[in-house]
Amino acid sequence: MTSNLVKSYFRMDKLPHIWCPGCGHGIVTRAVIKAIDELELDKDKVCIVSGIGCSSRAPGYLDFNTLHTTHGRALAFATGIKHANPDLEVIVITGDGDCSAIGGNHLIHAARRNIGITAVAFNNNIYGMTGGQYSPTTPTGDKGTTAPYGNIDKGFDICKLAQAAGASYTARGTVYHAQLLTRLIKNGILNKGFSIIDAVSVCPTYYGRKNKKGDAVKMMEWLKDHAVNVAAAAKLPEEKLAGKFLIGELYHNPQPEYTEEYKKITESLRRG
Amino acid sequence: MTNRQAKLMQGNEACLEGAIAAGMRFFAGYPITPSTEIAEGASERLPLVGGKFIQMEDEIGSMAAVIGASLAGLKAMTATSGPGMSLKLENLGYASLTEIPCVIVNVQRGGPSTGLPTSPAQADIMQARWGAHGDHPAIALYPNSVSEAYSVTVTAFNLAEKYRMPVILLMDEVIGHMRERVVLPDENELQIIDRTKASVPPEEYLPYKADPDGGVPEMPAFGEGYRYHVTGLIHSENGFPTTDAEKTAILLNRLMKKIDNNLDDIIKYQEDSLDDAEIVLIAYGSTARSAKSAMDMAREQGIAVGLFRPITIWPFAEDKVKEIAGKAKKIIVPEMNLGQYRYEIERAAAGKCEVIGINRADGEIITPEDIFEKIKGVL
Amino acid sequence: MAVKLKGPVIKEEWCKGCGICAAFCPKNVLKMEGNKVKAVDRDACNNCGLCELRCPDYAIYLEEGEKDDK
Repeated sequence: MTSNLVKSYFRMDKLPHIWCPGCGHGIVTRAVIKAIDELELDKDKVCIVSGIGCSSRAPGYLDFNTLHTTHGRALAFATGIKHANPDLEVIVITGDGDCSAIGGNHLIHAARRNIGITAVAFNNNIYGMTGGQYSPTTPTGDKGTTAPYGNIDKGFDICKLAQAAGASYTARGTVYHAQLLTRLIKNGILNKGFSIIDAVSVCPTYYGRKNKKGDAVKMMEWLKDHAVNVAAAAKLPEEKLAGKFLIGELYHNPQPEYTEEYKKITESLRRG
Repeated sequence: MTNRQAKLMQGNEACLEGAIAAGMRFFAGYPITPSTEIAEGASERLPLVGGKFIQMEDEIGSMAAVIGASLAGLKAMTATSGPGMSLKLENLGYASLTEIPCVIVNVQRGGPSTGLPTSPAQADIMQARWGAHGDHPAIALYPNSVSEAYSVTVTAFNLAEKYRMPVILLMDEVIGHMRERVVLPDENELQIIDRTKASVPPEEYLPYKADPDGGVPEMPAFGEGYRYHVTGLIHSENGFPTTDAEKTAILLNRLMKKIDNNLDDIIKYQEDSLDDAEIVLIAYGSTARSAKSAMDMAREQGIAVGLFRPITIWPFAEDKVKEIAGKAKKIIVPEMNLGQYRYEIERAAAGKCEVIGINRADGEIITPEDIFEKIKGVL
Repeated sequence: MAVKLKGPVIKEEWCKGCGICAAFCPKNVLKMEGNKVKAVDRDACNNCGLCELRCPDYAIYLEEGEKDDK
């Protein structure tokens, strides 16, 4: 009583997962799997690397080479794997806190190197695993257990951050727009350099409750109402975009990939 | 192909050559004095032997990359010093728990904090044992010459691969930057140990299945068809997280017993003139060179001094130190710190003989004269 | 070749009752009953698959095969 997709790629004895009712992370994880399935990647060659947090529990459920690392460090571990064996398809599953706070340095440098890793940021605007503290993507004014009077920090746009640092592919999807999300992850994997997909998820348990956003359904509706596809946005006047956010492929500019450039050096030395 | 001509080499350079001879094919690092020459050398040498070098964005990232590369099947190393070593500890603990072989070189400089970047120290001795949080096994080795920087690095890799764990190679600024004439061994004569790959098909493989009495699990690389899970959470033999008290105890006991059951294999030391020694110097690294000179000075004056030089700092050569404490009248421990190893020696001596420290942590070395004066003073 | 589908299958023990599938089902095939989803009007299902795509718990999927004639 389970779909072939789930049976083919999940470690069935580990399901059901630990995520809360209505948590969007299961939807993003499925989108990752669906992208891998559509690309017909060899399971033995796929490495899924994560950091710490709710998002980072995903690899444990997935039937690949899986590595659950330390907080924020997934991209640095992944860099070691990819550089050591470029034949491996390395996908990083991370969270907003994991990749843009404690792991922010690794994010910008993985992007700068344009190393062939695809990162999927499960972005729920909160630290869920520790109980609802504000993260670098918590919108200004919103609450967390460590921002009881409202967060005065400004939020990061993970895609703009990665693009400015040198990523060759950035995209944003949401758990409401699950089909688009799958397509974006797929294109991210196909891009040879560093790709990041900001997967906007929902956390009804902490972020939703703290900020009176309603249940999972209400939070999904909010995503539906506030996301504007980048193609449509180009035709809209600026005032129509106020309070909205962009989804779709935000940036794609193929650039030389790190391990291929390194290989060129090795080969030129061999030729002497 | 033989490679037996004499060379003038620096300690850091010899360490790198030893690593390459041991099969190191991945190095990730971050510039830091006084270890930088190792990274510089690795960036030049590794692509020539089909290996990979990367300069990471920080020390934490380089330790992470080393672990990732090791999981992908390459022998991997990083090198650092003082503040960098403090940052390595996070993922050093990860490598201990997940049993990923790797070598971490710490060319010690004066601390704490930024301290004395260009001056020697030996003040990371206890950090090498207990730096990472939580109970964990530790192997730390310490050469005292350029030639040994080569051979002990080979040993560090062998132990890392054999016992599936991070091994710390301690040096100090003196050993790292000193130049000596060395004759490197023929690479064919070196004993090189590689990790044990899986002996069972993927469907039967459990990544952490091993004899609970200190066994070492088999380790295929990512990409070889075994598709296993690795986590820094406490895990059962299938690799998946558990909070079960019994399974936790089994895992942590096994990690510790990998060391405790193999002390004879891991502990290496050098004894010099201990048979009739009334005063025994216990010294390591560059300070052991001063101790050796001081011993020779004392012997010339008819004072029965011996030298015990641990090459393996951790695990501690407890039985040997107990034996020395039972025979000698006094033990003198010169070290470029405020008494870190002396505490351990005092513990082992357990009052059987007096243990006296010679300590300085001011960036200056302990000279043969300093030690000789102390020998005369305690007579 | 398109795979034929015959409506939703629910793995009730994995359903955590979030209600996402039912709320966005365009044909009102799904309904929350207590804390579990039920397929109350299977015949109306147009096999759009949105429930499967958005179920965070993998508790619902579209079964492959011809629709039963009943």
